[in-house]
Amino acid sequence: MAISRRKFLGCITAALGTTTGAGALAHAASNKDFTGYPDSFGVLHDSTKCIGCRKCEQACNEVNSLAKPGKPFDDLTVLDQKRRTGEASYTIVNKFGNPPVFAKTQCNHCQEPACASACFVKALKKDPSGAVTYDESLCVGCRYCMVACPFNIPAYTYNDPLTPKVTKCTMCLPRIKEGKLPGCVEICPREALIFGKRDKLVTLAWEKIDRNPDHYFKHLYGEHEMGGTSWLYLSQVPFTKIGMREDLGVTSAPKLTSGALGAVPIIVGLWPVLLTGVYAISKRKEKIAEEEQESAVQNAKDLASQEMKDQLLKLSKKMTKEKETAIANGVKKALVEVEEAAKKAEQAAADAAEDATNPETTSDDSEKEEE
Amino acid sequence: MVAQDQPMEKSSILTPFNVITSIILFVGVILMFLRFTRGIGAVTNLDNNNPWGLWIGFDLLCGVALAAGGYVTSSACYVFGLKRFHSAVRPAILTAFLGYALVVFALNFDVGRPWKLPYPIFVSQGTSSLLFEVGLCVFLYLTVLFVEATPAAFEWLGFKKLRTWVVRLTLVLTIFGVVLSTLHQSSLGALFMIVPSKLHPLWYSGYLHVYFFISSIFAGMSMVIFEGSMAHRWLHDKMDATHLAQSDGVVLGFGKAASFMMMGYVGIKIIGIAVDNNWHYLSTGWGAWFLLELIGFVLFPAILYGMGAREKNLTFIRIASLWTVLGIILNRLNISVIAFNWQLPSDLRYVPSFMEVGTTIFIITLGVVVYKFIVTRMPILYEHPDYKEEH
Repeated sequence: MAISRRKFLGCITAALGTTTGAGALAHAASNKDFTGYPDSFGVLHDSTKCIGCRKCEQACNEVNSLAKPGKPFDDLTVLDQKRRTGEASYTIVNKFGNPPVFAKTQCNHCQEPACASACFVKALKKDPSGAVTYDESLCVGCRYCMVACPFNIPAYTYNDPLTPKVTKCTMCLPRIKEGKLPGCVEICPREALIFGKRDKLVTLAWEKIDRNPDHYFKHLYGEHEMGGTSWLYLSQVPFTKIGMREDLGVTSAPKLTSGALGAVPIIVGLWPVLLTGVYAISKRKEKIAEEEQESAVQNAKDLASQEMKDQLLKLSKKMTKEKETAIANGVKKALVEVEEAAKKAEQAAADAAEDATNPETTSDDSEKEEE
Repeated sequence: MVAQDQPMEKSSILTPFNVITSIILFVGVILMFLRFTRGIGAVTNLDNNNPWGLWIGFDLLCGVALAAGGYVTSSACYVFGLKRFHSAVRPAILTAFLGYALVVFALNFDVGRPWKLPYPIFVSQGTSSLLFEVGLCVFLYLTVLFVEATPAAFEWLGFKKLRTWVVRLTLVLTIFGVVLSTLHQSSLGALFMIVPSKLHPLWYSGYLHVYFFISSIFAGMSMVIFEGSMAHRWLHDKMDATHLAQSDGVVLGFGKAASFMMMGYVGIKIIGIAVDNNWHYLSTGWGAWFLLELIGFVLFPAILYGMGAREKNLTFIRIASLWTVLGIILNRLNISVIAFNWQLPSDLRYVPSFMEVGTTIFIITLGVVVYKFIVTRMPILYEHPDYKEEH
């Protein structure tokens, strides 16, 4: 789909105009369904037309003034090894299978980019034009964007000690704003890359599939993957065979984390209330325990003194009793003794009576004993 | 107790401890120099497929989890009213503060332009990012911990008025600390919720944030127990009668609590597998590794904790605490490094370089040295005689 320059510029003004009002809302933590900026641009990559000439790699390298690679771009033996995007190569063409099939890789410019939602300084943003842009001046270099990207696209200049940065395809946004096509699209000799509005590209792609069902694998990659991407792919073979993952699902990255993010305000709101409550309960418990302890101690004291009193009373009673018994015993004993003495006296008297010859001494003795 | 450390230091500068630590610190300074003159690429094995390595997996994730003892102990004592843990609060707060400070220090090595670390808070707030939440909470919590740790320093320096003011804030700071800890401990797990395509399904879960929060609780308790037993061995003379009298109770109490928490954790991990119907992965090699982590490094130490608590066997509990700490490290490394990018061919996988490991050892050593410096000077393991019976 070739577009005339005027029409193209018109599209851009429309795209920029409609979206300035919308601004860059944070959609990540909301329940709103974001299906991409209207009138945003995209590129359709028809991999069935790609011949692996690496012209796009070259154009990208020149447009972005990247470091020249060791092997020149017309050396196609480079294709024998599977490569990924890097700091000096924002786009890569890989070769798969035999007969060879080629597929181009670069930033897919997701509708709801994982990298942008992961970036904690908003260095990465989804531009209303469709491009996912990167602002080096904000970037801290945490590389969470690289962790988050399901397509493994962003690269980092690890060997730069002072100004390392994330590097990735810019969709040639500066060129788009000038009214030019992205470098790779412009140079592609086979029209394997088509630039246009994403909505139109989706329609176009399905038309292609419908018109030529034997030629195309019936899936438009990027239409729904991870919430949809601005780059769309057609292939003759299943996408896993050209190094693209088909298990990514259709949930956009921000939705995967929105639940956890949504918990934040609730925790901030509820935790202090609950914890203060727990504190109040534990304080109250402490107070009650203290009071209980006090009353227990008082009770124990009271009980002890009561017991003491009882014991004293008992003791005194016991003692009186003992005294009484002692007296009684004494009296008894005395009585017994008196009785015995009386008996003895009687005996003595009887003896004396019997033994009349010597009565005085015995009776004298018994009288003495009695005393 | 305070006065006795001076003659000790003079007589023994060339102790094995000092010699080994100075060698490590010296090597660490060289590594730091290399990192900031040659770049991250010169000292690490990180690459474009593996942007996070040991420095994030261990220094950040394990560091934060193992520093959870601060909020766990202070909330147990001040919010839940378990006064018998009081003597454990100060060492726990100090360790937490040092832990978080070292996490931030380690981050300076890992991020590309560390001087921009204040950016997410003061310049451009990426509120849709869980890392923003982590960053904000860690920043605030580090401040809270710093304030919570100051009374010891004020007592040491003799600033009575300042100390009184800070002590008055205890409850508010504790609650604030629990809120912030809940948020960032869980968010560290939620960081990985954005990568269902990269993290192995057995570790990836919609409950990752819950797992991280719950495991941080028993990680903190285990760390308090483990660190306590270390302190008993090496710093026994710095402890006062109250600390010594309470420490067995702390070990038993936290051991029992950790046992319960870990059993519950095993339960919710199993629920996670059931919810996503990931049972079939258990029969794979990754499943065996997962079960080793969950049974070998959570369930077994939980049982040992339980036995120790029931039989009042402190040795069991101390062994279980080290075991649990290792389990937490294994879990965090699994999620950030080992089971992360599990689908990549083995030649593209990440293995840390010696210099990364060296830097991590350097940072841990730095922590131990600072801890030792502080506890031999400030009233951490004992109460300052001027402020006894105040709490």
